Amino acid sequence: MSEPIIQIQRLTKNFGGGPDEVHALTDISLDIRQGEIFGIIGLSGAGKSTLVRCMNLLERPTSGTVLVDGKDMTALSEKELRLQRRKITMIFQSFNLLMQRTCLRNVCFPMEIAGVPRPQARKRAEELLDLVGLADKAGAYPSQLSGGQKQRVAVARALATDPKVLLCDEATSALDPTTTVSILELLKDLNAKLGVTVVVITHQMSVIEAICSRVAILDGGTVAELGDVQEIFSHPSTDAARRLVYPGGASVSQYPSGTRAARLSFNGGTVNQPLIASLAIDCGVKVSILGADTRSVGGRATGTMLLSLPDDPNEAARALSYIRSQPYVTVEEVEYRG
Amino acid sequence: MAEIFTSAFWAEYGGILAEGVLDTVVMTAASTLFAYLIGLPMGVVSVLTQPHGIRPNGPVNAVLGWIINIGRSFPFAILMVALFPFTKLVMGTRLGLRGAILPLVVASAPFVARMVETSLSEVDAGVIEAAQSMGASTFQIVRKVYLPEAMPSLILGGSITLIAIVGYTAIAGMVGAGGLGDLAIRYGHQRNVPSVMWVTVVILVIIVQAVQSVFSRLSVRIDKRLK
Ligand SMILES: Nc1ncnc2c1ncn2[C@@H]1O[C@H](COP(=O)(O)OP(=O)(O)OP(=O)(O)O)[C@@H](O)[C@H]1O
Ligand SMILES: [Mg+2]
Repeated sequence: MSEPIIQIQRLTKNFGGGPDEVHALTDISLDIRQGEIFGIIGLSGAGKSTLVRCMNLLERPTSGTVLVDGKDMTALSEKELRLQRRKITMIFQSFNLLMQRTCLRNVCFPMEIAGVPRPQARKRAEELLDLVGLADKAGAYPSQLSGGQKQRVAVARALATDPKVLLCDEATSALDPTTTVSILELLKDLNAKLGVTVVVITHQMSVIEAICSRVAILDGGTVAELGDVQEIFSHPSTDAARRLVYPGGASVSQYPSGTRAARLSFNGGTVNQPLIASLAIDCGVKVSILGADTRSVGGRATGTMLLSLPDDPNEAARALSYIRSQPYVTVEEVEYRG
Repeated sequence: MAEIFTSAFWAEYGGILAEGVLDTVVMTAASTLFAYLIGLPMGVVSVLTQPHGIRPNGPVNAVLGWIINIGRSFPFAILMVALFPFTKLVMGTRLGLRGAILPLVVASAPFVARMVETSLSEVDAGVIEAAQSMGASTFQIVRKVYLPEAMPSLILGGSITLIAIVGYTAIAGMVGAGGLGDLAIRYGHQRNVPSVMWVTVVILVIIVQAVQSVFSRLSVRIDKRLK
């Protein structure tokens, strides 16, 4: 269970050369364990895509090693690398399906590449479409599907070669909150059913909190923090982590240190639940919003909010358990040290 | 002009007109076939070797680029005359269908290469990357991704190529290649029977229209992005 399936050692990636050289990744070391759902989060330009592309060697590292299932990807010949890539497949923000092929034939594609006999490939593709809940769309073309359905087909396609790792680069960023939740559930489900290790790249905290067990926070091409999601999000110790954890740029100096705070994360619940108001009415607890970065799309909220909790421990506990009982909201207490 | 509608006109010229049409169709079809045999790989290699292609190769890409550009900027009539000695050497003659096909292929292969290059460049880079991430080889990417994904566009390019080659065959006809261009010159100009020339013009227009509409419809029909 805790055997690393991906080991990244002292990975550095620079683009270009000379004075225009871009240091996309600098001295990254991390292990991803077999069977876990690992998150990589960071702001735009932090190097998330570059890091994930170094894992399947779509991008060749400038230095350092990437071990996938015990094999050093950087040392493989071109042919060996192609074989190894069947073990570490990928889904994308823009789905990247073949537009001139039906869903079924899209799922067959990696098996054609791998030389699986046609009847066998078709059968497997049908099973996979069934697994992602799209058995009835086998004959449809991608242009006839919604974004969420396209991503399901892409997931089925990525699973066709029985990979050990599924890389997801912003796989839900083009989807609305409800669909995002359903794709995340699917990934979680597949992880549990098939034991496939999932690496999730995102800039959204809510995605990490919904499914990841461990997370790496990437900042300016380096790993700022790495560890259990709970641990890191409740005790963020670096600036990069704090920027993600305390939303809306809540300024530290504004509040006395030691303020008790709760961080809420909304995962697609309906917006018109007046959570803060009902907290006051139902529990008689008044809280103030220290910062918020929530968005609502199609009447559903995603994002995070930071609330200050009352000093009275009983009241605080009451408020926390009330919030915990709400659907589509996760909450944890954080030390608001700034 | 009115004699076009008389049976005497068709009795006299029907045979040679039919022969002219056949020659033009054969010349066009054969040249297009060979132009694609040469131009398609050139276009593919040119796309693959671009700086952001899947097989970047500066020198190969640059050389191909020159060949395609020079080939395309050569006026066909001049190219044909310049190639006379070479054509005679390779084909044994510079006249008739045999003599016409070689310069037609030389002129249209770079044209085809540029068409193919444009069509393949329209394929979404993300899809290519997805195929790479699944372990597809370069050859598999060309055969299973680039060509099928670009097919509607390739077919439209094919119609443009065919029409251009029909135009070239008319020019080739002027210097002894046979076909409708040859008829138009011989009868319309040298023997002063302009009605034959006008009939050839009408036939050429019909051929071009037919190619255009058949290929456009085919392109739309096979394109699954539009459904
Ligand atoms: N092919 C490339 N050539 C040059 N620079 C690049 C290339 N790819 C990425 N970079 C640079 O590397 C840095 C990291 O980019 P990357 O795409 O990995 O960021 P990201 O965290 O995925 O961002 P986003 O959230 O916007 O997708 C950026 O500064 C980017 O400009
Ligand atoms: Mg990215």
